[in-house]
Amino acid sequence: MLDLTYEAPKPKTIAGAKHDWELVIGLEVHAQISSKAKLFSGASTEFGAEPNSNVSFIDAAMPGMLPVINEYCVEQAVRTGLGLNAQINLWSAFDRKNYFYPDLPQGYQISQLYHPIVGEGEVLVDIAPGVARLVRIERIHIEQDAGKSIHDMDPNMSFVDLNRTGVALMEIVSRPDIRGPEEAAAFVTKLRQIMRYLGTCDGNMQSGSLRADVNLSICRPGAYEKYQETQDFSHLGTRCEIKNMNSMRFIQQAIEVEARRQIAIVEAGGEVEQETRLFDPDKGETRSMRSKEEAHDYRYFPDPDLLPLELEQAWVDEIKASLPELPDAKKARFMGDYGLTEYDASVLTADVESAAYFEAVAKGRDGKMAANWVINELFGRLRKESHPIAESPVSPAQLGGIIDLIQKGDISGKIAKDLFEIVYTDGGDPAQIVVDRGMKQVTDTGAIEAAVDKIIAENPAQVAKAKDNPRLAGWFVGQVMKATGGKANPKVVNQLVSQKLAE
Amino acid sequence: MSIDQTTAARIAKLARIKVEEDALPELAEEFNAILGFIEQLNEVDVEGVEPMTSVTPQRLKQRADEVTDGNQQAAILANAPDAREGFFAVPKVME
Repeated sequence: MLDLTYEAPKPKTIAGAKHDWELVIGLEVHAQISSKAKLFSGASTEFGAEPNSNVSFIDAAMPGMLPVINEYCVEQAVRTGLGLNAQINLWSAFDRKNYFYPDLPQGYQISQLYHPIVGEGEVLVDIAPGVARLVRIERIHIEQDAGKSIHDMDPNMSFVDLNRTGVALMEIVSRPDIRGPEEAAAFVTKLRQIMRYLGTCDGNMQSGSLRADVNLSICRPGAYEKYQETQDFSHLGTRCEIKNMNSMRFIQQAIEVEARRQIAIVEAGGEVEQETRLFDPDKGETRSMRSKEEAHDYRYFPDPDLLPLELEQAWVDEIKASLPELPDAKKARFMGDYGLTEYDASVLTADVESAAYFEAVAKGRDGKMAANWVINELFGRLRKESHPIAESPVSPAQLGGIIDLIQKGDISGKIAKDLFEIVYTDGGDPAQIVVDRGMKQVTDTGAIEAAVDKIIAENPAQVAKAKDNPRLAGWFVGQVMKATGGKANPKVVNQLVSQKLAE
Repeated sequence: MSIDQTTAARIAKLARIKVEEDALPELAEEFNAILGFIEQLNEVDVEGVEPMTSVTPQRLKQRADEVTDGNQQAAILANAPDAREGFFAVPKVME
């Protein structure tokens, strides 16, 4: 396998009124575990159901109900940890995080503060070919999601739906290793990619399966390096936490806006107050959630309803052995085995389906050619109609068939594009279509020679010019291609034209 | 550590329990009695002793990932003081 080396990206710098500033960012990503039932109850996790229909008495916190953990959710958290090269804690425990809110009927969220199931790991965040940021993971813990409050259905009331209450989340906490808005989005993208490969979270941000909290502070250039050397946070500025963003665009905008707010405060001689803020995309600003500050005294304590979660190393090893090939490994293999550029390999390994499609096409064929066809023709065409790769009307066998016809010299690259369009819209076997529609390339030198001779005979003036300027040969090639309906083998035409003109 | 009246008032507020001003001194005293008992426990040397999480030797029970519950909107909303269109309706809470 190729061993790729990466350079770290330059941190983003924002010019303040007085001097330059850098950003220091840590993320907390909440990823919904793709389970059928909730973390501690047998209610469904299905999105978009009738309000309060996917609710058990446990989720509604009726007296006397006790939580029983969903083993599948535990397994998915361990899988995710292994996918991030993280330490798996064979002993973890659940704690209650206490706060009052209408969509949290228990009055506390069951989480894992003191003993999370997954410890330190790392993620390589691709920024550009040859450039990547290694972001350290601090921990992953399992916790319950809250319900949903709807504030705009009635002027005086809030409406509460508990369908989400108790759905299993993984909270993935990074170290403050992220240095700009684009890097933050790239980090979330990479986590999502890895979790989709693993099958542990569907990564759907629109339905709320993936949300992020951003911790952000600013510092002068050079200060971050001092923090890195010493791990002493006093080198960094005071951080603010921006809560609950559910799109890559919002994450980037919020970071940009919040950084500028902090810079303005500090440059005016003020001090940033550590607090929780909310990003308002309509107004393009972050604002304090002071109401939540008081309630932020969570009074964590071990949940007496749940025994510690003890795992067997052998079970963890079994899960490890069952992990699929992950994006970094697949990308390196595509570059090594198929001779792809890093860019092409990244595009093709963005998701498992694309990678599998490419491999089916590339098997036993020219890898670079397969990559070009999959990325430029197929992906380009699919994007036009917003079709996912799973709904491609062209199968890998069909696309491979088209490539085989080019390789055999039966069709030119140009005709191949026409053929691709026919296969895309009408389907069918490419080889048969070429026969039926007479698209086969003319490689019969005799026939091409006759066409070349005819063009030369008809254009004595051009011939004279071409003798002085060899570049005009292209005109003759074009004429011959036109006369043969594009079916003449361009290589043969080129050869014959230059040969004849030289006579 | 000792709990004064201000801390007692704060704890009551966090727990959403209404405590009249004149009941606070007694509440603070009760808290302090509890903390005193805990402090007494802290005198025991438990160095190297694993915390006991259960009185019987059992492990955390787990269940399979199957949907076995739910679809009982009416029952869930039965005790709600106000419910509309399948939702709990509560006084407006806004950030």
